[in-house]
Amino acid sequence: MKRVYVNEQWCLGCHLCEYNCAFANSGIDDMVKALKGKDIFPRVHIEDGEDGIHFAVSCRHCKDPMCVKSCIAGAISIEDGVVKIDRDKCVGCLTCVLVCPYGAVAPGPNGAAQKCELCLQNSCGAPACVTGCPNNAIVYEER
Amino acid sequence: MSEYVIIGNGTAAVGCIEGIRSADSESSITVISAEEHHVYSRPLISYYLEGKTDLEKMKYRPEDFYTKNNVKLIYGKAVKCDSKKQFITLADKQKLHYDKLCLCTGSSPFVPPFEGLDKVKNKFSFMTLDDALALEKALDKKAKVLIVGAGLIGLKCAEGIAERVGSITVCDLADRVLSSILDSKCAAVMQKRLEEHGISFLLGDTAVRFEKDKAVMKSGKEVRFDILVLAVGVRAETELARQTDCEVNRGIVIDTSMKTSTDSIYAAGDCAEGYDSSIGANRVLAILPNAYMQGRCAGINMAGGSSVFDDAVPMNSIGFFGLHCATAGSYPEDGEVCEEQVCGGIRRLYIKDGRLYGYMLIGDVNRAGIYTSLVREQTVFNEEDIDKLKKFPTLAIFSYESRRKKLGGVV
Ligand SMILES: Cc1cc2nc3c(=O)[nH]c(=O)nc-3n(C[C@H](O)[C@H](O)[C@H](O)COP(=O)(O)OP(=O)(O)OC[C@H]3O[C@@H](n4cnc5c(N)ncnc54)[C@H](O)[C@@H]3O)c2cc1C
Repeated sequence: MKRVYVNEQWCLGCHLCEYNCAFANSGIDDMVKALKGKDIFPRVHIEDGEDGIHFAVSCRHCKDPMCVKSCIAGAISIEDGVVKIDRDKCVGCLTCVLVCPYGAVAPGPNGAAQKCELCLQNSCGAPACVTGCPNNAIVYEER
Repeated sequence: MSEYVIIGNGTAAVGCIEGIRSADSESSITVISAEEHHVYSRPLISYYLEGKTDLEKMKYRPEDFYTKNNVKLIYGKAVKCDSKKQFITLADKQKLHYDKLCLCTGSSPFVPPFEGLDKVKNKFSFMTLDDALALEKALDKKAKVLIVGAGLIGLKCAEGIAERVGSITVCDLADRVLSSILDSKCAAVMQKRLEEHGISFLLGDTAVRFEKDKAVMKSGKEVRFDILVLAVGVRAETELARQTDCEVNRGIVIDTSMKTSTDSIYAAGDCAEGYDSSIGANRVLAILPNAYMQGRCAGINMAGGSSVFDDAVPMNSIGFFGLHCATAGSYPEDGEVCEEQVCGGIRRLYIKDGRLYGYMLIGDVNRAGIYTSLVREQTVFNEEDIDKLKKFPTLAIFSYESRRKKLGGVV
């Protein structure tokens, strides 16, 4: 299955992936309207380390995910290898945030948990973070 | 072909079913459920009363779960377990043979023998969906509610009904709220949030005697109420195991493969006492993730696979009126406690010998899972990395190589 992978050595820490992600998942087709002056809730985030290191983190779509096993609402499941959150079922208890070893799940705008679902559920069809990355620091491939 | 029988129909049972089916798609699975409901998310009963979910969304697994997994679900109570002949007897006298049995019987509310409790008509426990539905019927915009117990269950109940009743008082013998997971300082922050939403507390005090609509407290105070909720605590449901030669302490004792001390009997979830790696000993960890993981481990092993679950740690994510709190691990007294106040909340880490033993986060819980995994994996770090951790949860503490595996590989 194709997943998003990180090439840390090429990450500039430009945070573009965060904007592209928030835009792709906003359901709005104008980037300015979607993002300008708003709190954004990207599903990928860049960690900026102290020693000039930068790297992107998003859902790993683990084979045996802690979030799926721990969700108190039965709202997280695996479909064809993709870990998905049913945000309608989610009550925002954040147990998934408590257990994700990568820090890749976070509350979204209405309090329900959200994370990368590989842009399969929005109009992009392929991860917007990858498409917009200027330096191939995030890739979408089979490994 | 084997005959698998599971007693109980909660999260541990679902884990067990999914565990069995990952290794054996053929053999028969029978689930005995005392509650006459499709499996639902027990922790959601307060969210149901709050209007944040409904009976349909509360289903822990989809409608076709039992058919898809070829499970026979029987509503009824198992009353006898004969571990020699390997038979279970139900209350209606029905007998079932098992090759492998899993006890997923959960816990039940513990009600201390309060004097006069029988005189109270409007009294409720808060454990099951039926409890929640019964309580809902009694709710009234003018009702005065007394909740006995300021633990997770009592407070979740308070949050759930806050907008639907006149007033809520919560009492507890402990001197603080959530005493099983928080110390006084963190508890005070959570208590304040609950008070801001109109909930009053009587702490370090508890009911000693009841009259029809009144509790007489240890301090001599009297509290009038229309509705009484008893949420003092829960006890592992171990009745069936006690009929066999299974070792039972506070819960049914299991090893790291979820086997009890009796052949062919496994146990999982709130009823079981399994290995807690944060204290290096067995203990009941009555939390949902644990129930699922124990259940699944049991299921795989029942079906002849080999699974070990030996890294359970206590952990909780709980929020009230938008204020979140995440805790995990243990809190050694002889280590370093690193505390920071962050935007109306607290970040507190318990560090010893280069290891993160436990933490309490209030307010900002983002990426708490990085901390939890360090607690669970007992990772040892140098001082520089520990200093990074103190600021916020970060993957930057790992080496480049280990990060490359985590973020650049299949995990
Ligand atoms: C209000 C509330 C809020 C909670 N919130 C959280 C939370 O936020 N996070 C968290 O991690 N945990 C939470 N919990 C705890 C969590 O619900 C439990 O840890 C979890 O449900 C345990 O699952 P289980 O399968 O072991 O037991 P249960 O879900 O209790 O299922 C056991 C089932 O077995 C049945 N049974 C028992 N004996 C028999 C018998 N002899 N015959 C037939 N059936 C039998 C019972 O009727 C019951 O239906 C909460 C609990 C409550 C009550």
